[in-house]
Amino acid sequence: MHGRPRKVYKPEEEAASAAKAAKLRALQSQFMSYHHNKIYTKEAVDLSTKLLEINPEAYTAWNYRKLAVEDKLSRIESDPDLVKTILDEELSVVESALKQNFKSYGAWHHRKWVLSKGHSSIGNELRLLDKFQKLDTRNFHAWNYRRFVVELTNRSEQDELQYTDVMIGSDFSNYSAWHNRSVLLSSLLARKVDGFLPNKKIPDEYNLVHDAIFTDEDDQSGWFYHLWLLDQTVNVETPLLTSSWPSHGSCINLSAGCLNDSFSEPGSFPLIIYFNQAVGGVSSSTVTVDTELKGNEDLVWEPVSKKNSQVSCVWVARLKYMSSEPCFRKEYKVKVRIGDSPGIVSSRGCNFSAPYEFIFTAHVHDTLEESQGGIVSWTDGFDIWDAESKDLNSLVNLDQSNAQLDSKWRQEAIAEEIDLFRELPDSKIGKLTLARLLMAKAMISDAAVKGVHYNEILDLYKDLMVLDSSHYQYYKDEHSVALLRKVTSSTEDLSGRLFRYRNMNNSVCLRLNNLSLSRIASVEKLLFVQMLDLSHNELHSTEGLEAMQLLSCLNLSHNRIRSFSALDSLRHLNQLRVLNVSHNHIGEHSVDTTRYLCSSPLSNSECTRDEVGRQMPSLVTKYWDAYFVLRDLNLKQLDITGNAIAGDEFRSFVLQVVPKLVWIDGKKLES
Amino acid sequence: MGDLPPYPPLDPTTYDLIIVGTGVSESILAAAASSSGSSVLHLDPNPFYGSHFASLSLPDLTTFLHSNSLPPPPPPPPPPSHDPSDFLSVDLVNRSLYSSVEITTFESSILDDERYSRRFNVDLCGPRVLFCADESINLMLKSGSNNYVEFKSVDASFVGGDSSGELRSVPDSRAAIFRDKSLGLQEKNLLMKFFKVVQAHLAAASSTEIDETAVTITDEDMESPFVEFLAKMCLPPKIKSIILYGIAMLDYDQDNAETCGNLLKTKEGVARLALYITSIGRFSNALGALIYPIYGQGEIPQAFCRRAAVKGCIYVLRMPITALLLDKETGDYKGVRLATGQEIFSQKLILDPCITVGLESMSSLTDQQKETVRVLVPKAISSKERVARGICIIRSSVKADVSNALVVYPPKSLFPEQLAAIRVLQLGSGLAVCPADMHVLYLSTVCDNDDQGKAALLSAMSTLIKPQVPENLQSESVVENDPAEAKPTVLWRALYVQELVKGEFGGSISSASSPDGNLNYNEIVKSAVELYEQLIGGEELFKEEKTPEEENDAGAENED
Repeated sequence: MHGRPRKVYKPEEEAASAAKAAKLRALQSQFMSYHHNKIYTKEAVDLSTKLLEINPEAYTAWNYRKLAVEDKLSRIESDPDLVKTILDEELSVVESALKQNFKSYGAWHHRKWVLSKGHSSIGNELRLLDKFQKLDTRNFHAWNYRRFVVELTNRSEQDELQYTDVMIGSDFSNYSAWHNRSVLLSSLLARKVDGFLPNKKIPDEYNLVHDAIFTDEDDQSGWFYHLWLLDQTVNVETPLLTSSWPSHGSCINLSAGCLNDSFSEPGSFPLIIYFNQAVGGVSSSTVTVDTELKGNEDLVWEPVSKKNSQVSCVWVARLKYMSSEPCFRKEYKVKVRIGDSPGIVSSRGCNFSAPYEFIFTAHVHDTLEESQGGIVSWTDGFDIWDAESKDLNSLVNLDQSNAQLDSKWRQEAIAEEIDLFRELPDSKIGKLTLARLLMAKAMISDAAVKGVHYNEILDLYKDLMVLDSSHYQYYKDEHSVALLRKVTSSTEDLSGRLFRYRNMNNSVCLRLNNLSLSRIASVEKLLFVQMLDLSHNELHSTEGLEAMQLLSCLNLSHNRIRSFSALDSLRHLNQLRVLNVSHNHIGEHSVDTTRYLCSSPLSNSECTRDEVGRQMPSLVTKYWDAYFVLRDLNLKQLDITGNAIAGDEFRSFVLQVVPKLVWIDGKKLES
Repeated sequence: MGDLPPYPPLDPTTYDLIIVGTGVSESILAAAASSSGSSVLHLDPNPFYGSHFASLSLPDLTTFLHSNSLPPPPPPPPPPSHDPSDFLSVDLVNRSLYSSVEITTFESSILDDERYSRRFNVDLCGPRVLFCADESINLMLKSGSNNYVEFKSVDASFVGGDSSGELRSVPDSRAAIFRDKSLGLQEKNLLMKFFKVVQAHLAAASSTEIDETAVTITDEDMESPFVEFLAKMCLPPKIKSIILYGIAMLDYDQDNAETCGNLLKTKEGVARLALYITSIGRFSNALGALIYPIYGQGEIPQAFCRRAAVKGCIYVLRMPITALLLDKETGDYKGVRLATGQEIFSQKLILDPCITVGLESMSSLTDQQKETVRVLVPKAISSKERVARGICIIRSSVKADVSNALVVYPPKSLFPEQLAAIRVLQLGSGLAVCPADMHVLYLSTVCDNDDQGKAALLSAMSTLIKPQVPENLQSESVVENDPAEAKPTVLWRALYVQELVKGEFGGSISSASSPDGNLNYNEIVKSAVELYEQLIGGEELFKEEKTPEEENDAGAENED
């Protein structure tokens, strides 16, 4: 039950409770001896009944009863009447235990167990539940059990939906009822039951939740449900392709010169495909690559995600373009078809069902480009990239997802919500919802209308950061996401931030510095970027950057990185050569929360070799997080100055871990 | 009433207090005085408990209304005294409380048929309900008289008279606002905000700690008219009207200071809302704010009488008193003469509001004697205010799926000249007030004169029920399939106008209140408590009832 103050016990009450405890202990020890000796006599079972009446939390007693029931059932000749008597007895014990404590996990579990024995009293269960749910309408045990019983009885989901109507009608603060409603509707909508088509039902649900929200905007139940509805409106179940590199219709230049190491494996380049949700099953059989480039028959697709996970939004394959016989000055067409044969499946189990094809051209040049051995400066050597906006468009072009959506009702629903919540007098949650709605609108509407509301979204989050400082970081993150979407949604905005870096084959450099970003987003539109300047922001982590497989130089100076663990996603960037993490907070916090959560995997072991048998450097236990990140990177240049961790000791450690390093903190190393 | 059964003489003949009439005030006083140890004789000339608050069968109700509206019969000749009285005897007469009584039977079976006629418990003082948190409930719990009554919830309340002709349910709680289909989202928002302000104000007022952050209503606002405060809270007119007439239960048009004699201040309005709000949820088994006693309102005075009887009060029904006995020398009150001729003495006397001194006796009284009987002297009624009441027995319900419901028509909602709100209470057989397929409809409105009041009630009736012609005029050709006629038909109807008399303390002789024009008993209870304090002194009502055992008993209240 809710909102009941804790009672302070008087001395006499404490005495009574001590006496009760003593009695209980005696009972318990007697019970345990029965249990250990596997005695299931009537006397012994009655004792457990008594114990459970006093203390329904005694889960051992519940387990004992299960054994006793099994024992009894094994003795009788499956006489249905006797079975019924035995099970009825159990149900009544549970019922009295529940009267004692409504929220006893053991009791509810025991009841489920009894029912799963095929007991036929199921009809009574809903009646009992109605009684319990009247007493405490939000009790999640009862709601859980209800779902269990409903499943057993094959009661229709429509009937259950009606029950949530009644419960919500009598108290719309009943979060459990709203939750159950969302569970039921998810199922009904997914099965496309008659009368439950999303384009009709979701708008109805919006109307219902409006009544709750507008009646009492301070009550969170309605807002939770609204958020769920918004999710249903914006998100499609089936996975869709969001973007790729190279993009459709684009033309990439490759150098035949084998000395160029701007791609980690000479003579190959990454092919990146980016889905709107994590999928598995991307392989050479589900993605066909049709090209004259030789040696690409059995491409290996790898998920760009945490270790061992076989699902990811981002998948990469390396396409070879150097065969044994070099062909100079040649153009190759590459055709990629995704989803021709089934197999790409989202983590929720939905198939990628809309096959998609994209074609790009690869130019292989015979110019032997010099390897750039020089230090990469983030200040000199950049030219404004006077790219035609149509070139840019083709680089960031992504149209797959919107075309697939049956977006009309979604757009209408969102537009209605936006109009409505503009009316709701200022409240924090009202502002937040409006910001989310505007963002949803930007996400599902056509490219032409984009950008219109970004400033409004940004202003809303700015207001919220002031109004509700306890959730500052959340609003800050959302603000960053919106800002990045704004930047990436218009070619005008983006082209102003794009440069060519002369000293490295005119690599494409994107500058997103000084934007007070706290989170990275919209990476799917930035797959073409080779150099990224994120300096002077408020980033805590590089999460999201792992998709940018072409990235060779990354500037993270003047951010809020607190440890090397926060750079973990960089391990996926095979081509990263230059990393600047100067002027962050690495090593500053003695109790690093990140470190605390994943305590050193090396701390308890004395081993000095890693899993492939390489000798581990000294100090590895001290700098284990740096070790795990740096050993997987082929860095040539690292800037670490301005962090608490920087110093001679760490420097010598780095040199052991990254033997190929040429530049550290702007100084060339003597080889 | 001339044919009295022979009564044995009463014994004892001397009491601390004699009370005549068993209305709500009188019964509360009887119970309170008995509980505090006074010896009380409680008389009623009628053969039933409750006087003007009684619930009666249709024939009894008809008889009662007629006998209390005709000019009083000439006083019976004083019975021959056995021995010459030592006292000056002042004859008492009954003043009629009711006027313009009009009773129509549309379907005679309702009276003829044995199955029906005795199954009605119809209130004289309707429409009337109790708020779960009101003073009468508190007093019943305190006195223990709650043990003798059971209540049921009034299922719904509506405000009628908007242009659509639909009855709008009163959104009186969070859940009701949420469910309401007729309110817009902004309206829901504003209304709930308003309730929250009121609740926060009440919480701050009742809390002992001073919470600086609590939003309270400013003192300035509290003194301003309630309508202005509602406007300040941005409430649109239709919501204002729901709050004023459907929740605060006001009578007069608050937007019109001229016709409204009494423009409500915000503090009074907030107090009325507080009563409503605290009523909701006071008893877990009550659905809303309003409850009604099973078997009718007559159960309320009867419950207090039973309590009084338990505490030693002596009851005699069918016992009118004919005269006051005053001391010949001093003119002080001494006692009363019963219709049996027996003389009974007491320190103090409380009389039903319709008992007065006969005019012919008045002329012979000295000034001092007049002073003693001051409260009984018929005077020009200070307030011309009256209340028109109507009772309809109908078949089926005014609102589908709802049996017990309150409907309020705010001023001017039915016709432009409508002076005051009209309240309508429909009760069903679940409350044991009528046979299963029928409902009893009570209507009331305050009015300046009989015609005005009755016109208002008839207007409300015509919107709620099918127009009906008396049985003898009915023809076979009545077309039943008129689309508008999902309305119930009326079987029996009573219309009457009641005078409003307030109880008064007059030293040794006091008078009790008549039923008032309100929906609940708050005013009546308040005046009874005042009268008790003046009679008995500062002693608290039913104070010894507050033992823990009795408190536990109180929990049994309102089992439905």
